[in-house]
Amino acid sequence: MVTGVSRLLGARLAASLAADPRVDRVIGVDVVDPPASLVDLLDGVARVRVDSDSFGSAIAGADAVVHLALVTAPDPRRGGRAAMKEQNVIGTMQLLAACQREPRLRKLVVRSSTAAYGASFSDPAVFTEDDAPREVPRGGFARDILDIEGYVRGFRRRRPDVTVTVLRFAPVIGATIDTTLTRYFAQPVVPTVFGRDPRVQFIHVDDALEILRRAVTEDHEGTYNVAGPGVLLLSQAIRRAGRIPIPVAEPGFSAAIGLTTSLGIGRYTRDQLDLFVHGRVVDISRLVEEFGFTPRSTAEAFDDFLARHGGGMVRAERIAAAEQAILEAIRQVRAAREGT
Amino acid sequence: MSDQSVPGDHPHHSALSAAPDEPDEWDRRVAAALAFLRRRLTGQYEVDAFGFDVDLTEHVVHPLLRLLYRQWFRTEVFGVEHLPAQGAGLVVANHSGTIALDALVLATVLHDHHPERRHLRLLAADLVFRLPVISEFARKIGGTLACQPDAERLLRAGELVGVFPEGFKGVGKHYTQRYQLQRFGRGGFVTAALRTGVPIIPVAIVGAEEIYPMLADIKPLARLLGLPYFPVTPTFPWLGPLGAIPLPSKWLIEFCPPISTAGLADQADDPIVVLDLADQVRETIQQTLHRLLERRPDPFAP
Repeated sequence: MVTGVSRLLGARLAASLAADPRVDRVIGVDVVDPPASLVDLLDGVARVRVDSDSFGSAIAGADAVVHLALVTAPDPRRGGRAAMKEQNVIGTMQLLAACQREPRLRKLVVRSSTAAYGASFSDPAVFTEDDAPREVPRGGFARDILDIEGYVRGFRRRRPDVTVTVLRFAPVIGATIDTTLTRYFAQPVVPTVFGRDPRVQFIHVDDALEILRRAVTEDHEGTYNVAGPGVLLLSQAIRRAGRIPIPVAEPGFSAAIGLTTSLGIGRYTRDQLDLFVHGRVVDISRLVEEFGFTPRSTAEAFDDFLARHGGGMVRAERIAAAEQAILEAIRQVRAAREGT
Repeated sequence: MSDQSVPGDHPHHSALSAAPDEPDEWDRRVAAALAFLRRRLTGQYEVDAFGFDVDLTEHVVHPLLRLLYRQWFRTEVFGVEHLPAQGAGLVVANHSGTIALDALVLATVLHDHHPERRHLRLLAADLVFRLPVISEFARKIGGTLACQPDAERLLRAGELVGVFPEGFKGVGKHYTQRYQLQRFGRGGFVTAALRTGVPIIPVAIVGAEEIYPMLADIKPLARLLGLPYFPVTPTFPWLGPLGAIPLPSKWLIEFCPPISTAGLADQADDPIVVLDLADQVRETIQQTLHRLLERRPDPFAP
């Protein structure tokens, strides 16, 4: 059973599992119907639409559950933050309660996030799976993630016979995926926090899928960071995208988030503000060792995203051409002066 | 008329075609500067997991600090041969000067004098990472938070790591206490070296004490601003921005023989071993400071 199949990652995982001869039957669960673009993908998947507080109702007889149905940012059209928390926290509680009662269950894979490490000024530069957040995070999503991981720990204690894999994903990026963060980089002028240039990491959507697939078809008990090796600075990523960074003072940024959120037109969340101030880099050596798989680097994943969403105002070729033109002009001026 | 335009054109062409053949220092510099600008504008440079931007450090930060330590502070450097040619090492120095300019100079001096042009990865207090702009700068020049996980990660990666165990007690001390080493705290740096088995290289820096001699500390103002101290120097805050110009003291930097920690990994949690080793490092630096001071009786000597 896979939850969250009405979005790209869930739909692709469900489709890939349905095509796997080792898997008999795939049940795809979500709170909304999939968009038209994903319906074809879900051909071989038995789809069930549920309310966010009854994920567990579709579980009967499942021997593996993959929980991907998390909301990363409040959607004002679908109930905002309250609905987001309802689905993330209550939805997960419900699902875990049903899992606990399901005797055939052997495996549980839960999508988490590197937001689990919170954001504080006394954080180490690179997080390992054993690090705990030093402060309660400001962002709703990060707090939900902490709650969810808490419930999963409880589940592990009560069902030690089930293999539980928690995957802490860095932001997922790729040519085909549409998230708040990909929309952020697609704007012509990109706001950043003044005086901060955080380190960010991405995971390519195809690699995220491959790791989820391996987590389901193989046995990998434990918690793993999932991110592309290497880092980009936020300013560097914006430059590579050919966009123009506009630094905004943090109090102003924070106030703007509060205002736009209360007006229901929120584009950014405090989760993102934390990311834009602190950045977040994780150590993936445990993942590489256990899964025998190295995702493509953060820079490569970002390049692939740019291949589709590129075409910013500042093109690398134009800058290279300008560089050559200026160099030639200086040479000519100097040569002319030497000549006279 | 037409005759006049020919000689004007001729050298112009010959100079252009000659430019790629002859080594032309000026041309090379212009091309390098433009290439640097292009890399910055298109984001085509690499940073490591800590945010260290080698491109920016080598092309912007080092040239400025080089000017400062060579021309302004007339720095003399001794004992570079005590630094490991490759592999990890923990460089431990005294800290002074009201603002941590000594750390930046030490990193540049080490890079310039080391035969392998190695970078010193500085560990800084968390206040540095709370402040906007400064936090960004600290990471870009290879710094990171002074904490066990970061120190050990850098040392395991074979880096040279720079620490100032005195912390704010060192930079924020009164001018009358100059060249008196402050407490070394809990010796966290020793623990990191023991766990990773890397040598400790003590360093004595003479000269940074006189750049902004701190005559008083306005404690209420410091508390108000959330700073560890608020300095009053002969020029600050009286002269406003001019107070930011460091006095041109004479600097001497000496790297001391390394102290090996190999095979002591199992004693990294033994407070007696840790504090003894920290004391040994402290004594070495203090004695080297006294020795260097005898060689430099006048702080503003040429």
